[in-house]
Amino acid sequence: MFLSKKRLGSRNDEVFYFVTNAILAVITLLVLYPLIYIVSASFSSPNAVSSGKVILFPVEFSLEGYEAVFKNNMIVSGYANSLFYTIAGTVINVGLTLIAAYPLSRKDLPGKNILMFIFSFTMIFNGGIIPNYILIRDLGMINTRWALLLPGAISVYNMIVTRTFFQSNIPIELYEATSLDGGSDFKYFTSVVLPLSKAVIAVISLFYALSHWNAFFNAFLYLNNKSLFPLQIVLRDILISTSIDPSLVLDPETMAARQGLADLLKYSLIVVASAPMICLYPFVQKFFIKGVMIGSIKG
Amino acid sequence: MNRRQLYIMLLLPIIYIVVFSYVPMLGLQIAFKKFDGNAGIWGSQWIGLQNFIKFFNSYQFERVLKNTLVVSVYHLIAGFPIPIIFALLINAVRSKRYKKAVQMITYVPHFISVVVLVGITLQMFDSRIGLVATIYTLLTKQPMPEILGNPSAFPHLYVWSGIWQNTGWNSIIYIAALAGVDSELHEAATVDGASRLKRVFYIDLPSIIPTATILLIMNAGKMMSVGFEKVYLLQNPLNLRTSEIISTYVYKVGLTGFSDFSYATAIGLFNSVINFLLIIIVNQISKKISDSSLW
Repeated sequence: MFLSKKRLGSRNDEVFYFVTNAILAVITLLVLYPLIYIVSASFSSPNAVSSGKVILFPVEFSLEGYEAVFKNNMIVSGYANSLFYTIAGTVINVGLTLIAAYPLSRKDLPGKNILMFIFSFTMIFNGGIIPNYILIRDLGMINTRWALLLPGAISVYNMIVTRTFFQSNIPIELYEATSLDGGSDFKYFTSVVLPLSKAVIAVISLFYALSHWNAFFNAFLYLNNKSLFPLQIVLRDILISTSIDPSLVLDPETMAARQGLADLLKYSLIVVASAPMICLYPFVQKFFIKGVMIGSIKG
Repeated sequence: MNRRQLYIMLLLPIIYIVVFSYVPMLGLQIAFKKFDGNAGIWGSQWIGLQNFIKFFNSYQFERVLKNTLVVSVYHLIAGFPIPIIFALLINAVRSKRYKKAVQMITYVPHFISVVVLVGITLQMFDSRIGLVATIYTLLTKQPMPEILGNPSAFPHLYVWSGIWQNTGWNSIIYIAALAGVDSELHEAATVDGASRLKRVFYIDLPSIIPTATILLIMNAGKMMSVGFEKVYLLQNPLNLRTSEIISTYVYKVGLTGFSDFSYATAIGLFNSVINFLLIIIVNQISKKISDSSLW
């Protein structure tokens, strides 16, 4: 009796496992297919792309799309600018976040709760687009690189992640031991806390770097000098608001060729723009996930 | 005695947060003023609630409010349960390698920028060269009807492109909660003859409800703060009827055309106050009905 029941149960379970795996396979393919399609299209010929021949694999393999991408000055300078904003911005972010998070992680800091409130409150209420714009304008940062580096330089969320990490990973006994030797808070922070916090520094650096690389809004609001444009603004101009300049069109054949190349360029550009983060991703995946986990602990 | 050094460390971050977060909050006063560029924020003349009354009486009021609500409620209803279901499915996979592969692949879109995501969406649904059009024509032998310029398609494009991008990523937290379930519970239930499906409902699901509650509060609190970027980028002159939301309207009133700072700030403030109240109310409710709350 017991045996037959168990066997019945496990047969039902086999059905369950099969269905589960099948649903997940469908979901995974739905996520994967557009990505594969974009990569395949980017390696196809302009003609194959504009006549909708690409379904799964590259059709009439060509690198014309990539050649066009790297010949475009705006894309190249946007790439360089984004690299700069990502590196400089992340350094500023991480520095400010660490020096904010550490004192706030100390239970013996008088006024800690009020200070913490000052930071947390900005997560649920803010001045909004226009007052921010007026501020940046009054500070004279419109059309300067600072406009992309300073606003949003501390993400309170990342600060809380870091603070939680300090609280749960740096044993207080260490501090007591160093204090007895007459160590100062500065010295303790730089020589004990920071070396023990490589994991969280990696996590928040990646969070910040990703958000700088993908950022669009601040550049959209504060910059109109083309030489300062980050990649995302250039991307928007090409991917989303393209209109063909009629004066460039000579005859229908040239126009078709131009249109084909313009279509193809978009796919190659999507690949080129997303490649750095997606290539980095398998190596840093565990840090990102760790960040989500630390952040989920109520702090 | 040495606490002074901790305050010194905090000095720069505090100055920073005051300048970049609290000064703009003071700037909100122009919502109640007639902003005059020469007089500045403090010198402009008070006009009371005129800007708000103007907004409530304008024909745009109902439209942008409704569009914001449609997009956010739809996003919440569809976007909240899917990562939970996805996590439950992942958790029930026996093959470790299969599990890893599914997770690896479904996290990838999270790393794509909004601009690229919208670019991909536009490419896919382009009625001339898009993949969707190609497949549609292959199956029906007919050209696909226009989607991108169709106002009724906009909420679907917005919500489902987000689900495509974030389902995998948003499930991480649930997968972790599921991994923490005591395996003895499962063993005991199996001995009692519970099928795997039953165990999903009676063991797995209850174990992630606290996490889900917290996330539901956070999402409900953020409901009216639909991000500007994706909506703005998906907008085109043909779909404005459904795609003009409060934040895109604030931008257009304040920073394009006649650039009415005061009026735009009033509209933005109206939105922020609703957001603020929402998150407080939802948190209160959750405190009452469960133990989970943000503060």
